[in-house]
Parts: sequence; structure tokens; C-alpha cells
Amino acid sequence: MTTTTGRAGAGPREAPPTPSPSVRDEHVWRNRFSKWDVKYMPYVLISPFFVLFGVFGLFPLIYNGVVSLRTWRLDNPAADGWAGLENYRKLFGDSDFWNALYNTFGIFVVATIPQLLIALILAGLLNRKLRATTTFRMGVLVPYITPIAASTLIFASVFANRYGIANQFLKAIGLDPVDWRAERWSSWTAISIMVDWRWIGYMTLIYLAAMQSVSREIYEAAAIDGAGPQRQFWSLTVPLIRPTIVFTAVIATIGMMQLFTEPLLFDSNTAAASGGSAHQFQTVALLIYQTGWKNLNLGYAAAMSWVMFVIIVALAAVNAFLTNRLGRGK
Amino acid sequence: MSAVAQKTHAPETAPRRRRRIFRAPNDTPAGPLTYVALISTILIGVFPLYWMLVIGSSSDKELAQIPPNVVPGNQLMTNLDYVFGTDGVFFVRSLVNSLIVSSIVMVSVVFFCSLAGFAFAKLRFKGRNALMVVVILTLTVPNQLGAVALYILVTKFGWQGELPSVIVPGLVTAFGVFYMRQFIVDAVPDELIEAARIDGASTLRTYGSVIFPIIRPAIGVLGLLSFTATWNDFQWPLIVLGGSEHPTVQVALSTLAAGQFVVYSRVLAGALVATLPLLIVFFGAGKQIVGGIMEGAVKQ
Repeated sequence: MTTTTGRAGAGPREAPPTPSPSVRDEHVWRNRFSKWDVKYMPYVLISPFFVLFGVFGLFPLIYNGVVSLRTWRLDNPAADGWAGLENYRKLFGDSDFWNALYNTFGIFVVATIPQLLIALILAGLLNRKLRATTTFRMGVLVPYITPIAASTLIFASVFANRYGIANQFLKAIGLDPVDWRAERWSSWTAISIMVDWRWIGYMTLIYLAAMQSVSREIYEAAAIDGAGPQRQFWSLTVPLIRPTIVFTAVIATIGMMQLFTEPLLFDSNTAAASGGSAHQFQTVALLIYQTGWKNLNLGYAAAMSWVMFVIIVALAAVNAFLTNRLGRGK
Repeated sequence: MSAVAQKTHAPETAPRRRRRIFRAPNDTPAGPLTYVALISTILIGVFPLYWMLVIGSSSDKELAQIPPNVVPGNQLMTNLDYVFGTDGVFFVRSLVNSLIVSSIVMVSVVFFCSLAGFAFAKLRFKGRNALMVVVILTLTVPNQLGAVALYILVTKFGWQGELPSVIVPGLVTAFGVFYMRQFIVDAVPDELIEAARIDGASTLRTYGSVIFPIIRPAIGVLGLLSFTATWNDFQWPLIVLGGSEHPTVQVALSTLAAGQFVVYSRVLAGALVATLPLLIVFFGAGKQIVGGIMEGAVKQ
């Protein structure tokens, strides 16, 4: 972190004893440029990020607040106007919104807990002396680099009612086939499988990286006290990488609150964006999309986005706080 | 940060210590059960991709068989003809679009993020630490939730349905700035920059002749990650390019699946085409991608 480079006045050193006028002019000019360079160039270099984030990241989030206070319909621009808190009033009485919120949290819980647990165990397995280390690490990452639209459509066919391989398999082992899209529990399960398939490998590598930075001495000290590999893992490795676990819990929360592609493309009628015939797996992100770009009501969609934004920020804070607390209490 | 320095030097090259009875996990040879568990996990992970090939290469009738076909069929070309030939899907064009968008974003992210990362890592300026905290905070901002206003903005710019709408917002990323900064802090000794300064090199010159050669590997990793992420991006491209004549390939794929009766053999043949370029990239450079994700993780 101790980085000092641009020392004040770090100009060219070679000052000739009696410079001729033209040489001196050049010298002065270079000196001036050099001062400017040291002082302001850093800002020039970092400005593209801040300008772009300001315009395409921060401004939309704030401007969403303005849009949410207006009537803003894509199909009826003439009706545009100030709406006060009307969108919000409507929102709190909208059963579709509460339903979507319920689904979002439900799928979040069903998907995230096994996801992080399996990733942790897999990372433990990869954190051994292995042959073909790189192959294994690449292997677990394959789902992560698969395009999400493609993988969701594959799973949509896997969970197809009549000829889907999932139901064929259930029949083969003597169970009843499941209408995966029809019920809450079945659609949540299918969607959670898609999410976990994609993210387990990524989370595994994050945990593995953390595990590998634990120093060997700690293990050697603990091993002398007679901790077996299982105990070593749960009572030494896992607590030691707690900050990383908190980190993954936070990114998983933020990601799952915005779950969109899986519920959209899993549906048998993807064009409706309704998350099932009775919205049984419609998430908030999907509802926002349906409201904004299918029902063309941007003002209302903006109000939903704002409420969701506040929920996510609050959740991230609570999440970090709780995970920290729980870890410490152990 | 020290963890990283240790990581790059320690595990493989360090002289092996004398064995004790109890060892750190990464010194413990994996047993057969570990291999079985890992191999089955990877098979589960790869199975859907294999299944995509099976279905994408079968005819509709073959899919309706019980028990199902479990090996690839010979109908891939027929299915692809349909994918490439369907009006209103623009599949061929969408492949070109995705290539254009992903390439521009990749080059731009690498360029701007490495410059900004250099400034944050090695240059002194007022507000540096505070601004870096802002960059890190923006990493966690749920950007999708600004989509409504972003859509309005992009429409004002006249980009709705056009490629700039998916290119321009992605030209510099917080992750890229953060990643390059961390790499440069560790990899570039201050003395080198000091020396370049004494020789009278300007900031940009220092970047070009001192920094750039050293950070080439990180540039490669960031480029790969940006390309992959942009190629795979779906939600925002769908919002702004859906229904237009200039979709990216993921959007075109979703159009293919949007009919009343979804014919999975055709849809998954299309999915295969949309996935293949990335699988090729991954086979060529998966090691670097794995390294990039793991390094990024340690540095968090």
C-alpha cells in the first residue's frame, strides 16, 4: 500500500548550466507539462470509470425514483404526468408484488443454502493434494461459463412434462412423474437446481482460493492436538475462511434477489413473463420486466425497482451483520 | 494481499518440508473417494451440455421415444437450417453482433481499467483512497434495478434496439478497475516507476513502457472474463434489443424459444451454437480464467 511515485516536482533532472533561449523554452514547457502530468493525469486516467458509472449506473438508480413518482406509460405517452405516491400506494396493495416477493425469498432460501454448503464441501475436496488439479478446477467451472439463456433452455427441456429426461428418470426408478411447472414446490426446486448448477463451481473456487491462503503452520499446530481431517475441516478451515463465507453469502443474496433468466425461460410461455400460469414462480425481477415491457407501465415498474433496491441494501447489511455475529458466537 | 504473494510463490515451488504425521489438507494426498466425488460432480456439471448436443442433434420424433435417445443423433444440420433460416430471429446476424459487442467491450475494459488501475495502484493524488472505496462499493450495487431509467435514457440517446445500448454502459467496469489495481500493486515494484520518472517519462509513457509489459497476463485474464460476461449477458440485452433487428445471440436464442410450441431440438441446436464459441475459449484458456477468479477472490 505504500506507493509513492509522483513526487512533487519530479520533472526532468538535466538542467543545463546556460541554456540557449530555445532550449530553455522547451525546458520550461516540459517542466510545465510534467507538473500538470503528475498532478492531474491520475484524474484523467480514472475519469472514464466515474463518468460512465455516473451516467449509466448511478443516474438511472436515482432517476428511477423520479420515474416511480410519475405516470409513465410506453403505450400512452400523453398520459404522462406527476402521480405522487400513487404507484407506491398501488404497490403495497398489489398481491402480484407480494407473491413475487414471496417467490423470490423462497427460491433464494431453497437454492442458496445447499449451494454454499455443497461448494464448501467441494472446495474441501479440491483442497487436497490432487493429480490433474487444473482439470478438476476447470471442470467445476464449466457451468459458470455456459450462457445462462442456453443453460436455462436446456433445463427447460430436461424438466419437460412428457419427454423430459427428469421425468423419464423418475419413471424408471418407479416414481410418479412431476409436472414441474405446475406447483410452487416443484417449480422452485427446478429453478433452484438450475441456479445451483451454475453457481456451485464458482463458489467452490472462491472458497478454495481462501482455503489455500490459510497457512500450513496453523494446521500443523492443530494437528498435533489430534484433530482428524473431518474435524480439521469443520472446526479449523471453515472458521478460518469465515470472511469469505460472509462475502459469498452477500453476493448470493444480491444475485438471488435479482433472479430473472431462469424463471423467464423455464416457463412454457416465455413471451408472457408471468412466471407460470398462476405466477407460482414469478420473481420480483420478472414482475418488473413484465410490468415495464409487457404491460408497458414504466412508472409502476420503477416503483417496484425502488422498493426492491431498498430491500437488497437492507438485506446485504443484515446479512453481513448476522453472518459475522453467528460466526463469532461459535 | 500478502496471501497472494505467498500463493504465487509457495505451493508448487517451495521445498517440501519433512512430513509430519499430521498435515495441512493441501499436503494430504486425496483418497480414491475424493476422486470419485469430484469426477461425479464434474460429470453432473457437464451432463446438461452433453444433453444439449443429444437433443439438438435429434429429430422431434426421436425425442418422443421411450426410452429416450441418449446418444447424439444425425439431425443437427436439419435443426441448424431451421435456426439460421427462421425469419425474425436474425440468428446469423446475432452471432456477428455478439462478436462485435463482446470484442469492443473486451478491448475497452482492458484499456480503461488498466489505466485506472495503474492510477489507483501507483500514482499519488488527492482523494485516491476515498475514490477507490467508491469503486469497491459500486461492485455491490444491484445495477439491474436501474433498468427502467436506463432504458429511458438509452431511448433518449436513440440507441434503443441498436448495439451501442449494450456496448457503451459496459465499456469500463468496477470489477476491472479493482482487479487491475490489485494486480499492479503486487506485481510492479515502485522502484521501476521511480526510475522511469527520473528518466523523465510521462505518466502515459510509464504506463506503456513499464507497466504494460508486466501486467500482460492480468490483461489477458480480464479480457477473457469481460468477453465471456458480455457474450453471456442476457437481461439488459433482452430489454433493450428484444424484438429489434439487431439482437445479440442470447436474445435471438430466447426469440427462438418464444413460440407457442417450443421445439426443443431446434432451440437446443441454437443453444449449442450460442455456447460453442465460449466452450472453445474455455478449452484454450480455462486455466487463466480459473486463475483469474481465484486471484480475484483472495484479494477481496
